[in-house]
Amino acid sequence: MREQIEGSQAVARAVALCRPQVVCAYPITPQTHIVEALGARVKEGSLAPCQFINVESEFAAMSVSIGASAGGSRAYTATASQGLLFMAEAVYNASGLGLPIVMTVANRAIGAPINIWNDHSDSMALRDAGWVQLFAADNQSAVDLHIQAFRLAEELSVPVMVCVDGFSLTHAVEGIDVPDQESVDSFLPPFVPRQRLDPDEPVTIGAMVGPEAFTEVRYLAHARMRRALDLMPVIAAEFAAAVGRGGGGLVEPYRLEGADLVVVAQGSVIGTLCDAIDELRDEGISVGALAVTVYRPFPVDAVRAALAGARRVVVIDRALATGEGGFLAADVRRAAPAGTPLHGVIAGLGGRPVTRASLRRCLEEASRGLLGELAWLDLDTTLIEKELAGLPGGTDVHAGPHAG
Amino acid sequence: MFQVRIHGRGGQGVVTAAETLSVAAFLDGRHAQAFPSFGSERMGAPVVAFCRIDDRPIRSHDPIAEPDALIILDPTLVHQVNLFSGLQPDGYIVVNTERTFEDLGIGGVAARMRRERLLTLPATEVAQRVIGRPVPNTVLLGALAELTGIVPLGAVVAAVHRRFPGALGDANEAAATEAAGYARAAREALTDA
Repeated sequence: MREQIEGSQAVARAVALCRPQVVCAYPITPQTHIVEALGARVKEGSLAPCQFINVESEFAAMSVSIGASAGGSRAYTATASQGLLFMAEAVYNASGLGLPIVMTVANRAIGAPINIWNDHSDSMALRDAGWVQLFAADNQSAVDLHIQAFRLAEELSVPVMVCVDGFSLTHAVEGIDVPDQESVDSFLPPFVPRQRLDPDEPVTIGAMVGPEAFTEVRYLAHARMRRALDLMPVIAAEFAAAVGRGGGGLVEPYRLEGADLVVVAQGSVIGTLCDAIDELRDEGISVGALAVTVYRPFPVDAVRAALAGARRVVVIDRALATGEGGFLAADVRRAAPAGTPLHGVIAGLGGRPVTRASLRRCLEEASRGLLGELAWLDLDTTLIEKELAGLPGGTDVHAGPHAG
Repeated sequence: MFQVRIHGRGGQGVVTAAETLSVAAFLDGRHAQAFPSFGSERMGAPVVAFCRIDDRPIRSHDPIAEPDALIILDPTLVHQVNLFSGLQPDGYIVVNTERTFEDLGIGGVAARMRRERLLTLPATEVAQRVIGRPVPNTVLLGALAELTGIVPLGAVVAAVHRRFPGALGDANEAAATEAAGYARAAREALTDA
């Protein structure tokens, strides 16, 4: 039923519909509303027999999720920013053990300097930790992707991270369709664990593997991850059949037909980008967009197919590989037709709004060939000129102001 | 699309106002989106929230730069924050104050706007008297509904009841309805004059 609710509440309802058996989390902005809402449901008994476990840190949240999942329970947690980094070691353990945990990351910048606002630095830091990463373009896709995430995770025995922009989605109140229990039950069967820790039949998982087999363990994990690229479109189609609402699976094209300029992006910037593209199309600029939903594993073939007709590609990154550029841009470069000019745009770091006006300006410049290989949306040069003036000599470079 | 920007201070119900307005529009069969200006909000600090209303699905998630209407919950912000930035020339302004635009020192802004689209009303006083709490947000939504016609008062009232069940909802309904009457009277006074 379509309701006007906060994104976090909608995600919590979607997770509840998936009948998790263990939810544990440690609060961190902007994720907190989601687990608060789930905690309230567990307390009122509507999620029984689900257990909500209060833990003392994010490291414990992932460790308890690992224990719960290894014990045969459908496990869910959520975090953001420093919280995700703090659990990093356990994040790798979850994927290494092949445990189908689903985790929401309410995307937020990473310090220092401390910043509570939205960008994708946190998810990007752990993009290659062996988890599938799905990026929600809006709150409807956040709801839909969470339900699909459990299915994908359990069919592959791979953990899945659902990345939802902190604040811009988690705190936005919108008309969101949360499916009914019957549809979700018909789409998502009860969790049947591949392996299960059982005191009556003790086994060891995650034991030491030496040089003679470690490569092979990793090879199998790689092969399993790659299967997500075949499976996700199937799951998306089955989800659409169950709830009567479509989803593209790997990538989502927008007005790509005949587009000379294609903009690749992910997350909540997509909606604003689509509005900007409509305006630019009205002005005769031939531009379209491609939203990357499955980011890990990267759907290189789907992106390559979508970029086949592009004469120029712009990639918007909401995170920075310092000293390098954009993460998504590096991935898209692998998929873009050889020789096609590609411009990476760093945008919306630490909560700076990515406005329709700025996107329009940037894409107009791109369409006229004026954008560099790496561009910065709305960079305020007055704030950095003095610092930059001190850089070239080398001797007077000092660390302080970067952290200030 | 109709875009509303709401300015106030932490504790005045700025975020709730945007949310309630979006629910009112939703109940009226429109598409709506509300979101706060994600700061480290705390009691007394300037807070901004946004609400978009449209007949088609709303895709953009950027802050509202060019509002069609402003609701100002705290008139002391008038000279502290750039409240009127991007306001459309044919836009609406509702200010929670007993004073006039001229008295607040924003007569210049008012002079550039259409007089019948501007309203001041003592919303905190109404809230204190009718609801028993000095929280002006639902009062101002009642006034906005009447002033702009963007949502019917009935939808605001229904949204208010969703947010505040029971007696508190009734009190908020009474306060919002009184504010709508205030806005109507102000318009009629202008027409007569």
